[in-house]
Amino acid sequence: MNGPFDFTLGLGDDALIAAQRLAEWTTRAPEMEEDVALANIALDQLGAARLLLSYAGELEGAGRDEDALAYLRDDREFRNALLVELPNGDFAVTMAKLFFLAAYQLPLYAALAGCADERLAAIGAKARKESAYHLDHGALWVKRLGDGTEESHRRMQAAVDQVWPYTHELFAADPTAPVDPATLRPAFDETVGAVLAEATLTLPGSGWAPAGGRTGVHTEHLAFLLAEMQVLHRAHPGAHW
Amino acid sequence: MVDPEIRVITIDELGILRAVEEDPASGRVTVTITPTYTGCPAMDVIRADIRRALAVAGHTDAEVRTVFSPPWSTDWISDGGRAKLAAAGIAPPAPVPAAGVVSLTLAVRCPQCGSPETEQVSRFGSTACKALWRCRSCSEPFDHLKAL
Repeated sequence: MNGPFDFTLGLGDDALIAAQRLAEWTTRAPEMEEDVALANIALDQLGAARLLLSYAGELEGAGRDEDALAYLRDDREFRNALLVELPNGDFAVTMAKLFFLAAYQLPLYAALAGCADERLAAIGAKARKESAYHLDHGALWVKRLGDGTEESHRRMQAAVDQVWPYTHELFAADPTAPVDPATLRPAFDETVGAVLAEATLTLPGSGWAPAGGRTGVHTEHLAFLLAEMQVLHRAHPGAHW
Repeated sequence: MVDPEIRVITIDELGILRAVEEDPASGRVTVTITPTYTGCPAMDVIRADIRRALAVAGHTDAEVRTVFSPPWSTDWISDGGRAKLAAAGIAPPAPVPAAGVVSLTLAVRCPQCGSPETEQVSRFGSTACKALWRCRSCSEPFDHLKAL
């Protein structure tokens, strides 16, 4: 990591890829209200992604706008954390991903709101309000499924076990960044601890911590996601609404 | 000019119209707006509506600026706007707590019958800024503009 461009690009890519994954649930969520909820959260993430990628393009100074960054980079050039590119899995896996992401993004955007960079501070102040609703929604489902039936508990625990290792990458220290991600860990741990306790769930003991997203080394899943997301723009360069 | 998604309230009453300035020398008008939510899909339509309205009024070279700071809050919705929302069956938002943490309102009055016996069906509704609620007294579903 080196400076505001990579940092901003990483956060923008987190939001963009999270939006694309959440949007995959549209028309196929377990109930209609949830369909609307996930589409709304995806839209919030997309809004944050547009602001962050537009600003990243300005910081880079190479003439790339939000569309160029979203649609014309290959997987190795993306800087999102692995967590957001993981497949949706069952509903419990999606909720584990949403909950962990929101528990990270909320203190992140709150810290950004107070950082020295005016543009990032404005984006943080705006996005933190939306993140609070995402966290609330994810936490509600984690508790409902964890402290629900035997089957929902089994599935939610399996989802936490599967997704948890990918959260460590979010907090890799970067003292030169506008907000050092390592400083967000205590708030994240506190939120996660409280919600999982209420949900009668436990964290896996393993110390496995897959990483690489922030340097462009992704899972095999990202390229498939990008192929779908970018196909229209690449087939019809310059296409817009 | 009415909001394209909530067509009973103007963009001024909703608090997304932040400023209208006219350059005294050139007469050029600059309008400043801010989105309710970062991903609000109505922004392009709002910008186009403003340009159209100003062009009709003779300002064909008007500029529409979009700002994100300070972030929009439901506290910016005017009293008149709140009354119009309620009259249209949309429960207006409660004041945002000063601490800066978004907490959900526990009692929302039904805009149809006024009963506080209501429940949230989904915290996300037909637009980014609304939640879906239901009244236990009159059984009617209704939209609630979320405090933000």
